[in-house]
Parts: sequence; C-alpha cells; structure tokens
Amino acid sequence: MVSQSLKQAFAGVVGNDNVMDAEADKHSYSYDAAVLDPVLPSLVVRPTTMEAMGKVVKLCNDNGLPITVRGAGTNLSGGTIPSKGGVVLLTNALDKILEINEEDMYAVVQTGAITAKFAAAVAAKGLFYPPDPGSQAASTLGGNVAENAGGLRGLKYGVTKDYVMGVNFFDVEGNYCKSGSRTVKCVTGLNIPQLMVGSEGTLAVMSEFILKLIPPPQASKAMMAIFPDVMTASRTVSAIIANKVVPCTLEFMDNFTIGAVEGYAKVGLPTDAGSLLLIEVDGHPAQVAEEAEKVENICKQNGCTRLQVAKDAAERNKVWEARRAALSSLARLRPTTVLEDATVPRSKIPAMMESLNKIAKDYKLTIGTFGHAGDGNLHPTILCDRRDKEEFHRVEKGVDAIFQAALDLGGTLSGEHGIGLAKSKYMELETNKASVLYSKRIKAAADPKNILNPGKILGE
Amino acid sequence: MADLNQMIKMLGELDDQLVNCMRCGMCQSVCPLFAETGRESDVARGKIALLEFLGHEMIQDAKAVKDRLDKCLLCGSCAAACPSGVKAVDIFLKARAIVTAYVGLSPVKKAIFRGMLSKPKLFNNLLALGTKFQGFFTSPVNDIIGSSCSKLLSPLLGDRHLLSLADKPLRSIGNLNTAPGKSGLKVAFFYGCVVDKMFTSVGEAILKVFKHHGVGVYMPIDQVCCGVPSLASGDMKSFEDLVRMNLKLFGKGDFDYIITPCGTCTSAFHHVWPLMGTGLSQAERDQIEMLAGKAMDINAFIADKLGVTEVEPSSDAKKVTIHDPCHLKKSLGVSGQVRTVLKANPNLNVVEMSGSDVCCGCGGSFNLQHYSVSTKIGKKKRDSIAATGAEIVAAGCPACMMQIADMMSQAGDRVAIKHPVELYAQTLG
Ligand SMILES: Cc1cc2nc3c(=O)[nH]c(=O)nc-3n(C[C@H](O)[C@H](O)[C@H](O)COP(=O)(O)OP(=O)(O)OC[C@H]3O[C@@H](n4cnc5c(N)ncnc54)[C@H](O)[C@@H]3O)c2cc1C
Ligand code: SF4
Ligand code: SF4
Repeated sequence: MVSQSLKQAFAGVVGNDNVMDAEADKHSYSYDAAVLDPVLPSLVVRPTTMEAMGKVVKLCNDNGLPITVRGAGTNLSGGTIPSKGGVVLLTNALDKILEINEEDMYAVVQTGAITAKFAAAVAAKGLFYPPDPGSQAASTLGGNVAENAGGLRGLKYGVTKDYVMGVNFFDVEGNYCKSGSRTVKCVTGLNIPQLMVGSEGTLAVMSEFILKLIPPPQASKAMMAIFPDVMTASRTVSAIIANKVVPCTLEFMDNFTIGAVEGYAKVGLPTDAGSLLLIEVDGHPAQVAEEAEKVENICKQNGCTRLQVAKDAAERNKVWEARRAALSSLARLRPTTVLEDATVPRSKIPAMMESLNKIAKDYKLTIGTFGHAGDGNLHPTILCDRRDKEEFHRVEKGVDAIFQAALDLGGTLSGEHGIGLAKSKYMELETNKASVLYSKRIKAAADPKNILNPGKILGE
Repeated sequence: MADLNQMIKMLGELDDQLVNCMRCGMCQSVCPLFAETGRESDVARGKIALLEFLGHEMIQDAKAVKDRLDKCLLCGSCAAACPSGVKAVDIFLKARAIVTAYVGLSPVKKAIFRGMLSKPKLFNNLLALGTKFQGFFTSPVNDIIGSSCSKLLSPLLGDRHLLSLADKPLRSIGNLNTAPGKSGLKVAFFYGCVVDKMFTSVGEAILKVFKHHGVGVYMPIDQVCCGVPSLASGDMKSFEDLVRMNLKLFGKGDFDYIITPCGTCTSAFHHVWPLMGTGLSQAERDQIEMLAGKAMDINAFIADKLGVTEVEPSSDAKKVTIHDPCHLKKSLGVSGQVRTVLKANPNLNVVEMSGSDVCCGCGGSFNLQHYSVSTKIGKKKRDSIAATGAEIVAAGCPACMMQIADMMSQAGDRVAIKHPVELYAQTLG
C-alpha cells in the first residue's frame, strides 16, 4: 500500500491524471504477454517528461518502493509483472524521436518510442534500422533494449545490442547518467550501454538511446523451399551457411505449423510437407542474383521437393505472409498459447526437433514449432487451455523439459525473449553459481535497496 | 438483475471468448483511443483482462469496470488486427449488457433509450419541434460544410460545430412500395436515424439510384433505430424492443436485399442482431437470420449487384478523398466498392489519404461522453483529409459524416462532406 501523502507526492510530480491507484487500473497493469499469474502494483505512474521520470525513480527509492518499468508490456517472460508490488512506471508518454542524423547515421530516441514507427521514420530518411521483433508494431525501443530483442533479420544484421551506441538513464537515486556516444568508436570507461542491454529493468531506468543506422540493402530476393522432413531442411540451413551465404532471413516451420497456417491463412502451403524454409537474400543486385542462385542449388541438392522464388514484391509478400501468419494461426487453435524461445547451435536443430517431438509425446502436449533457423532460435509453441489445471501442469513440466533439452545440446534459455520471472529459476542451469552471484553483486551495487524490478532474471 | 452471482455467472459464459486473448498486446498498435491515452484499460487487452478478473471475482468494483468498458469507440480495429482472432467488439457488447444490468443504466441514458429511441413517435415529434426552433439557437459557421454552432446550447453540446436537422425528415415522403423495374430487383430501404433526420439528401440520392436502375423499393416509414446505440449502452431491453418493432415491418422478407446507407446499420442486421437477439422467440430469430442474409450496404449494392463500373476521370475532375468507416470496412469488408462507386463519376478524381481506415473518433455516444479525446482522434483524421488537398471527402456512414463535419468546420476547412452515394447520384440525369 502507498499512503495518501505519498500518492500526493507522485501526483505533484506527474499530475493527478497520471497517477492511478483505483482497483480496476491496478489490475490493468498486473500482467504482460507471458502466461503467468497476475500481481497487482500499489500505484501506476505515467511521467510525461524526463525530469518527472527521474523524480519518480527517486521517490520510489526514498520510500523503498519496487519499480517495474513498463513499455508496451509485450514481453513474454513476465518482465513487467510487478511481482513485488510497488510502482509500475509507464514509459509510453516518452515516445519522441529526437534526432535522425543522416550524415553520421544514428538516431536519438526516447524509451517509449514504438519500434515500427521509429523504423518507418528512419526508412523515410532513406536509412535502415534492422531489428524487427514480431511485436514491433506495439513494442517500445526501451523494451527492445531491455530485452535485447531480435527479429527475422537477426542472422545477417544482428539484434538490438548491435545497434545500441549509447544509453542515457536514471540511476536508482534518480540521477541522470549518460553512457556511450554518437561516434562509431567509443571506449570511454566501462561498456555501460551493453550492460544496459538485456538488463530487463533491473539496473536502471533507461530514458534515451543513441541507435546505429545503416544504409538499406538495394535489392532482395525471397523464396520458399519445401522439404519432406526436418532433417533435410536443417541440413540445408547448415549447407547454406557453409557455402558462405548469409541470408538476411532464414525461417523454419514444422509440419504442424504449416498445417495450421494453411488452415487459417490459406496461402497455398503443401500441408503434407515435413517442413519448410523461408529464405531471403539481400544486398547489391548482382550479389543478390548470385546468392539466390546458390541458395536455390543448395536447396535442391539437399532434398528440397519444391522451390518457389518470388518474382516481384507481391510474391515476396506472399512468402512473408506465411511466416507472419505462423503465430496467429497457431494461436487460434487453442485458448492459451505458450510461446517459448529455446535456442540451440543451428547444427543441433534436428536434434532439438527430435527432443520436442518426444516432449510432446511424453507430456501429451500439442507443440507447433517455427522460428529463426538461421540462428538456431526456435519457437516451440505449446497450445493448451490454462484453465485446465491438469493440462497446464503438464505444460509447465514440458517447458522445463524443453529448456533442459536446449541446454543439453549446448544451447541457451533465451534467444530473444529474455529471462524475466519465467526463466529465472533456470539461470544456474545454463551458467553456474558463481556467475549468478557475480550478476547479483553488480545489481546490489547499482541498486542497494533492490527495488529495480526485483526478482527478475536473478530470482530472489 | 442487480444480482452479483447472476453477473458472475453470465461473465463466466463469456469466459471461453475472453480466454482466447493471449495478452500479446498487438491491439495497442491499432487502437485509436490507446494512441491518445496510452492507458491499458482503454485498449482491448486491458478491457478483456478486466472482464476476466471481474468474472473471477478478483475485482469488486463492477462500476469501475463498466466505466472502462464504456470508454471505447467499438470501432473494431482491435478485432480486425488480433492475431488470436479475439472478437473484442462482440465481447464488449455482450459484457456491457451484462455489467449494465448489474450496475444499472444511468438516468440520462434511460431517458434517451427507453423514453425516446424506443418510443419513435415521441422522438420524431420532439425532433420536429427542434427543427422549427434550431434557427433561433444556432449561427452558421461554414457554408460549404453547412455547419453551425450554438452559444445558447453550449453547456450541453460544447463548442461542437453541428449540422442542422433537415427541414423535413426523409419519412415525410411517406411509405413506398414499388415493383421491380428493369433490374428485376426489389429492396427494402432502411434509411437509419441520421439520414432520416439530418442527411435527407443521402436518402434522396439513394431513391434516385433505385429509380434510375429500376429497383423496386419497400420503405415503411414506421421503421425505428437499428438498436446499436441502445446496445452499446448496455440497454438490452430497448434493443430488443427496437428489434421487434423493425421485425414487424421487415420480418416477412418479401424483398431481395435490405439496403442501408450506414455501415453500422448494415452490420447490425448482418452481425449484431444474430449475435445479441438471444432473448427473442425462435420465430423472431428465424426472421433475424433471414435479414442477416439480405442486409447489404448501398455501396456494395451499387457495385456488386447493379454492376456499376469505373470510368476515366475528366480533365477538370474534382479531388475527392475517402474515409473508410470502421463498421463498413472492418466489420463488413466494404471498401473497394466505395471506390468503384466514386470512380463511376467522371467528375471525380480519387486521392487516397493516409490511414483512410483509421477511426474518425466518433464512436456513437462515445463522442457525447468523451468529447475531448473524441476530438483529439478526429483532429488526426482532419489532418489526413486536409493533407490530400481534396475538395470533397466521402464517407459511407452518417455518424462519421457528422464527426468529420465538426472537425473540418472547427479547423475552418472548406471541404464538402458527402456520402459516396450522393456523388454517384450526381451522374444520373
Ligand atoms: C506477438 C509477439 C511477438 C514477439 N516477437 C518477438 C521477436 O520476434 N523477438 C523478440 O526479441 N521478442 C519478441 N517478442 C517479445 C517482446 O515483444 C519483446 O521482448 C519486446 O522487446 C518488449 O518490448 P516492450 O516495449 O513491450 O517491453 P515491456 O514488455 O514493457 O518490457 C520488457 C522489459 O523491459 C523493461 N523495460 C522497458 N522499458 C524500460 C526502460 N526504459 N528502462 C528499464 N527497463 C525497461 C521492463 O521492465 C521489462 O523487464 C514478441 C512478443 C509478442 C507478444
Ligand atoms: S491483439 Fe488480440 S490476443 Fe492480443 S492482446 Fe489484443 S485482444 Fe488479446
Ligand atoms: S474497439 Fe476500437 S477503441 Fe475499442 S478497444 Fe478496440 S480498437 Fe480500441
């Protein structure tokens, strides 16, 4: 509970309209996109200026109130569930694009700017911001940096961390701090911008970012390759890379997902195919032509039964329509969609797929798998009904098994969705005691009262 | 009802629909209201979560949930974009009825829905009186738009720039029942409240189109409101009264199509009546199903059934831009036909605005209850229209026409607001 006078103090900083403590409003900020139990905050505040944001942080620290920063609340790991109560701090009023510098190819943006809007503004200036998480239409850049979000272009263009040049933030006492710079090179002090990437709101409250921009590729070519089974598709993935072609996108769908997409979106996929790859190469037109041809040949040599190369933008769009429809098509099959994020070295995709099939059988689960084959980042998606306690218990067990399998194959707990609440219990499994302790010490130094998103990533 | 257990039980029956929301938050990117307020309870995900929590007795304050549920344009942008296929607007309509039955209808709404809309005679007489006196209260502000504002009534209506009520409502033409001509088609014409009382020119244009194409018309003037405003306020009783009154007139179905000039009315017949009319008798429900199959928007009728096609614009054609009303495009999927209808007029040159299908912010009574955010949303629409440099904006929904008129008039734009059918009718001798 927050006292009336403390609530007044927050209202004094952000205005009455931007402080919410009604029962219904608190419930509106008790969840995010992760399938986890909701927890109520005591107060929700929505600063509309950077100064106010700093003061809110200070007020929280002075009063020992936990702070959960919330961008769009689209994270899939419970990062914005205020599991210890306290204040939910909304960033969506701080959404300005402050500068897009064409000469030096960087941009300065506030934390609440929407990813897709930012990317569009950058494109309008003839430049390119590649990270494109599937949630980009809603997600904020602050959320992207805090989760180190990736997207379909990760293989060739990298993920959010590869574009963060600088981060400005409020430390837990509300002091305004700067890190990084507008220059391509910068080795001034500790590499704090990268410390902030993936920190999920546990180290500071970030306010602005300096983001790297690049020239857009001049040409691209997309194709869809159909395979009789997962093995042939994964061998093709390895072969493409081994032949020194790095497609900008290399996406995978299993038989179950193909069936679901075809059932819902009717884009003309063969439902009897074992798996398919969606591949796009981009760059200089001559290079695109050469690489597309190479990829075509490699697909054919590795058992691809049908290959469809998009001739124009409309056909290219059709290829991507199939990929975009993957999650939606699966999500429509059952009430609850548990989207996981296990990632393995790409050569281990067939082994991971085998494990997933076994897990589906062992725990009697329906799992559709699609994902970023090029970087081994799979999204096994469990379809269930969270109201069915018995079934959901099997889901939880199945999820444990999925992560164990990924780790056994030398993989990682999260390719892009972060750890949050959902996966903090597995942290030591992937790293070890000492590494978790080291992280805890850093956190304790930055946040002595442990109020910045407590319980996330590192657990209790 | 006013019985907590009853409400919980009814919300429980909605649970199957609520649980389909996977909380992905993608609806934030399309919700016009959320774009202004940034509040989770203003977007579909937040409202669905609140309903679920209320249904599971995790929230005590039903009135607070109702307030948040009521703050919604019912534009359907969220449902159209939802990856999970959550039918948010259907959920909201049902939930409003359930929660309102528990919390109670506000006295003002009771007066409007029970006292006026569902007593059409009284309603029409009152408005006739209003028409006589409106000149005394208002002063004209924009001759192209035809708007005026009212100092005297401003405590009630704020600084809205209003269109005047028609001197004579469309119904003053009297009942029509003509035989099919060369088209071989006969239609029922459901003109809807706003066309009857304000945009009579739209009704007249439609009758002209029917005449030109030899379409037989059945137009009973005792028809009443389609019921969506009552339903949106959670007043199930008024809704069912209105449906029954209309079924008496249209329930026999001795026509090929029932045509309306309003996306909301068409989607009411097509979608909302079958969805919501569960308290009605089986015979009435059969009639509703029949009407659902016959309901058609006027633009779709002209393009798809009358086979009107596009022509080349003349060299001195006027620039017209198109607003796609939510119910027309997102609920009925009618947008291409609107373009066909406009392009059938050689004196028009269609220029698309950016975000033609972004909601204008009217949302029926949303505009009355939340005028300031309604205006903020509307101003963006106004800016998109103005940016095209068009002289005319066409919108196939009378409510959008009112809202856009208010916005354009307040900005001092000299842009005419027309229903597409009016512009098509201009080409007919
Ligand atoms: C349909 C769907 C598709 C998705 N696809 C992808 C994908 O392809 N790739 C991917 O990587 N992720 C994906 N995600 C996950 C998610 O969208 C991303 O993690 C995204 O970056 C979250 O952004 P957000 O603005 O919603 O952040 P939120 O969910 O609001 O917050 C995420 C975390 O960041 C912290 N945070 C936010 N702002 C700040 C700040 N200013 N300072 C400190 N901490 C802050 C929060 O406290 C929280 O811990 C997807 C999610 C959905 C629902
Ligand atoms: S887009 Fe659909 S599934 Fe996602 S949060 Fe909104 S209503 Fe729920
Ligand atoms: S119906 Fe419109 S206003 Fe209401 S929640 Fe959906 S998108 Fe937002």
